[in-house]
Amino acid sequence: MDMNELQTKVCTILAENLSIPIEQVTPQARFQEDLDADSLDLVEAVLALEEEFNVTIPEEEMEGVRTVGQAIQLVADKLGVAA
Amino acid sequence: MAEATVALVTGASRGIGRAAALALARGGLHVAVGYRSDADGAEEVVAKAAADGADALAVPLDVEQENSIDEAFGRIEERLGRVRVLVNNAGFTKDGLAAKYSTTTWDTTMNVNLRGPFLCSRRALPGMLKARWGRIVNVASVAAIRGNAGQTAYTASKAGVMMFTKSLAREVGGRGITVNAVCPGFVETRMTEVQGEETRQRYLDMTPAGRFGTPEEVAGVIVFLAGGEAAYVNGAVITVDGGLSA
Repeated sequence: MDMNELQTKVCTILAENLSIPIEQVTPQARFQEDLDADSLDLVEAVLALEEEFNVTIPEEEMEGVRTVGQAIQLVADKLGVAA
Repeated sequence: MAEATVALVTGASRGIGRAAALALARGGLHVAVGYRSDADGAEEVVAKAAADGADALAVPLDVEQENSIDEAFGRIEERLGRVRVLVNNAGFTKDGLAAKYSTTTWDTTMNVNLRGPFLCSRRALPGMLKARWGRIVNVASVAAIRGNAGQTAYTASKAGVMMFTKSLAREVGGRGITVNAVCPGFVETRMTEVQGEETRQRYLDMTPAGRFGTPEEVAGVIVFLAGGEAAYVNGAVITVDGGLSA
């Protein structure tokens, strides 16, 4: 899987989980300010990403993730997908 | 829910857990009977549930071990489906005065009674969140509300589970998941039959009903909480104690 494919997959999952149109899920979008996601929304989104990509994202790693782009990078790092 | 809902009851080889598993099975749910060491007891519960037409499965489950919990859930997901009703019933008690209470026993009490429900709930939540439907019923105790000499560890752990219930209820209530606690009083099970005659009489004197409860009477409330009719009951603490704590 390459970065483009990964990005599309992650954005699709986020759009589904946050119940928002996929056009809004851009790498610059901030979860709280732009996508109106509360803490439970984020936990659910992370759980969905964990399940889809078969990775584990511990709580400490979630803390720094404020934007969609950071979430994509986090998953990419776990899977060893290069930019 | 088109197909049967899947329930997991921990510590279900006997006592309240057993009664709850059987009652849930009679209510049409698929039931996973969690047990730590009493495999025969668990299989007996499964056989009885099956006789009532339910799909039931005995699963080894030690709530003190994260691996055990993970494996058990995996097994259930494979055989029955994702757990939508979780009854955290497995419990441990050992009386002793604080001045002489061993650290090990304290830790075991906390790990089984408080940490166990947390670990099992955490493992069950993703499935419930995804489905936007779930029921978590924590079997606490009147010991969560009233102190008892000789039970500092037990009462602390049960009070802990009670507050865990309330906070979790607030976290996930908006997702169609309810989290409630049931507080049995003195119920005739193996946990209580080992208490001395003096203790038993003392409890009897304090219980307006003038008798001890049965596991089935507690199971009745658990089954209600696990069902569709209890959708607006969340973060509740329901005593089933014949008036003991009134």
